Amino acid sequence: MIRFFLKRVLQSIPTLFIVSLVAFGMIRLLPGDPVLILLGERGGSPEVVRELRSTLGLDQPLAVQYVKFLKEAVSGRFGQSIVSHRPVSEEFWSRFPATVELGALALLFAIGVGIPLGIFSAVKRGSLWDRLMMGVSLFGYSMPIFWWGLLLILIFSVHLGWTPVSGRISPMYDVNPWSGFLLVDVWVRGLGWEGFVNALKYLILPAFVLGTVPMAAIARMTRSSLLEVLKEDYVRTAKAKGLAPLKVVVHHALKNALIPIVTVVGLMFGTVLTGAVLTETIFSWPGVGKWLVTSVIARDYPVIQGGVLLISFFVIAVNIIVDVAYVYLNPKLKGGS
Amino acid sequence: MKALSWLIVFGGVCGFFSMPEAKAAPKILVYCSEASPSTFNPQLGSDGPTFTAASSTIYNRLIEFKYGTTDLIPALAQSWKVSKDGKTYTFQLRKDVSFHSTDFFKPTRKMNADDVIFSFERMRDKNNPFHNVSGGAYEYFKSIGLDALIAGVEKKSDHTVVFQLTHPHAPFLTDLATNFAVVLSKEYADQLLKNKTLEKMDTDPVGTGPFKLVRYVKDATIRFSANKDYFRGAPKLDGIVFAITPDPSVRFQKLKTGECQLIAEPAPTDIKAMEKLPQLQVLHEPGLNIGYLAMNVEKAPLNKPEVRRALALAMNRKEYLHLIYLDTAELAKNPIPPTLWSYDAGIKDIPYDVKAAKELLKKAGYEKGLNLELWTLPVSRPYNPNGKKMGELMQADLAKVGVNLKLVTYDWPTYLDKGRRGEGQLMQMGWISDTGDPDNFFGNLLTCKAKEGGSNYAQWCNKDFDREVSAAEKTLNKSQRISHYKKAQAIFARELPWVPLAHASVYRAISKKLKGYKINPIGVEEFYPLDLAQ
Repeated sequence: MIRFFLKRVLQSIPTLFIVSLVAFGMIRLLPGDPVLILLGERGGSPEVVRELRSTLGLDQPLAVQYVKFLKEAVSGRFGQSIVSHRPVSEEFWSRFPATVELGALALLFAIGVGIPLGIFSAVKRGSLWDRLMMGVSLFGYSMPIFWWGLLLILIFSVHLGWTPVSGRISPMYDVNPWSGFLLVDVWVRGLGWEGFVNALKYLILPAFVLGTVPMAAIARMTRSSLLEVLKEDYVRTAKAKGLAPLKVVVHHALKNALIPIVTVVGLMFGTVLTGAVLTETIFSWPGVGKWLVTSVIARDYPVIQGGVLLISFFVIAVNIIVDVAYVYLNPKLKGGS
Repeated sequence: MKALSWLIVFGGVCGFFSMPEAKAAPKILVYCSEASPSTFNPQLGSDGPTFTAASSTIYNRLIEFKYGTTDLIPALAQSWKVSKDGKTYTFQLRKDVSFHSTDFFKPTRKMNADDVIFSFERMRDKNNPFHNVSGGAYEYFKSIGLDALIAGVEKKSDHTVVFQLTHPHAPFLTDLATNFAVVLSKEYADQLLKNKTLEKMDTDPVGTGPFKLVRYVKDATIRFSANKDYFRGAPKLDGIVFAITPDPSVRFQKLKTGECQLIAEPAPTDIKAMEKLPQLQVLHEPGLNIGYLAMNVEKAPLNKPEVRRALALAMNRKEYLHLIYLDTAELAKNPIPPTLWSYDAGIKDIPYDVKAAKELLKKAGYEKGLNLELWTLPVSRPYNPNGKKMGELMQADLAKVGVNLKLVTYDWPTYLDKGRRGEGQLMQMGWISDTGDPDNFFGNLLTCKAKEGGSNYAQWCNKDFDREVSAAEKTLNKSQRISHYKKAQAIFARELPWVPLAHASVYRAISKKLKGYKINPIGVEEFYPLDLAQ
């Protein structure tokens, strides 16, 4: 198992190298000079532009800039933001817990609702419930996040007043970040249940919006995977032995149907991070998604290349964990195939 | 039993949603801002969110604008004198100003000349230990040319500072009142230098302003507490919280639900809905801005004044006010707005006259028509909320006089870059003043120097116009300045390097609980004069 894990880790190094090259190159292929964006409509004389470019290190050859970026990445700083003038790593780590907290709740919702929904549809295959649920999941899967988010804000926040419009906790609470995970920090800072419930109220709607697409994908994958397994002989045998239908499905069929579901969950981690870009923007959620959008608009090169590299690192890490989970679920894979 | 379980679940859900929101703190204003500040040192920033969060909140300047106006008032400097040659400015500083006392810094003295000198030397002197800290770009200071203008800053006594200029520059006092020109604490800088934590100067600010920074949670909230020792008296508010909310429609919803009492930059499309809500008050003021169509005078046939005038005559600009600005703007005819001193109301307006436009084109040799490229603004700005739609209206208007417009656009940085290089023919542009001095329009947008500097998008360099603007810059006599600027406006009206389009009004929506609010003509919010009704 350890050998398998190490092999996967080593394989990820060239991937990260390629990601660094693509992130570095792509942002520079985009037209637009960060210095001119800083100056805006005001402009600046060629000397001012030249001096600013030199101060920001943008006048150096691309190869030099890339090597500098790699050195900074290896040192863990990832360079300095052109806009905030702070180290990229510092900027990233102060926002990443917010994204993880949102993404974790979104995935929890997606798994918690998606799998039972898929099981129910598979068991009741062809029934009205099955069609209805698959219709709902298709609706969820094709939902544009931006529109969906605004619609839910309008219904639940403006009309019903059940949830706050946006943010992470009521501005009246002064929470000094400790771990960055607000649901934890409210306890550390002594705000107790009141603070926890308040933070949860702010989290529910964005997590629901972000979890909608993964929930739909997981539900559909669970259904189709389970339907395959339910056709197997051993399931028929279990039924013939007189086991309760629920026991047959959960104990016998579901474990074997889980491998493709785990694959989807692993892939959905990437989807959640992509979706976070939009969800965080709509709900003013102070995570890395919103930070990256702002940085692309400002052409903050160090932030974009550093941020993309760090996010890729986490996506790869999660997929390694998923690979390890395969081995646990299907011991046949232990051989390293 | 089943019904009972449902009842318990329902009760739980209701209880969850009806739990108390928060303990109501006394007089805490929640302001829904549009973006995160890039820094807490306005010297390093050039964006509105940074200026609102820091300039008048944490810091003060030597001279400031009177709230809601562009009139200059004494601030850290209680008085000043200008030498006859206009090159020496002597400032007498107040003696009763304290810097913030915080957990990490306890001032042992009042603000004095050393602080003023340190603040300007940090931007000017490359050998200053703080010059390169936090990137050290000082783009605003450099872009308005103060690095070349200020020859030296000297201490005459503990409370007297002298600025030597390389040449007379009438807008200098206004420049010093601008948001970037804040006074930092030299004593705090020395402490940071000793501790080798120089960057804290810009992240853990110490100012003289009405509020102290308590905490910044990146992209989420900025929390300030009142500075009870403020030299103008303690603020009425106990604190401010900035809830950073980038989406304007979400900001509106938050204002509607009472989650904030003031919002930044409401969307023009939401104004009508806001006006209908009893809990809100919508305020508007003429803005210090201009939306215009720059005509690149270096590209034929736009090098001919009659072609430029024909294009201006063929545009139904009043219609644009209705369709693009939703009747929240005023028709422009000069490069400066009517609320700015030196505006010449006597300049004749450009009428909508298709017949006259056709005649001028015929006279210029284009009776069979011509093809031009129009760049439409890729971003929504108060001076032009919808560049693409305006482009389509212009295209339809000019088609009537035989001018075929090809609409083109680029992303914002490319648009600025190409425009600066003079690659376009017709280009939608605009300007929002940040000083309230006419030179901020004339000098910055239409002179030969501005052409070199990259902010004269019409590439127009007219010696007569330049002479007037330069003369206005060099004299301190206001009536003489007005006379020069009026002559400059006449030259502009004759030559028309732009089609002046509109001066957009500035709109703000506030909760009726908020008292004392005025729209700031230079766009940045000030919180010191505000109060909240309980």
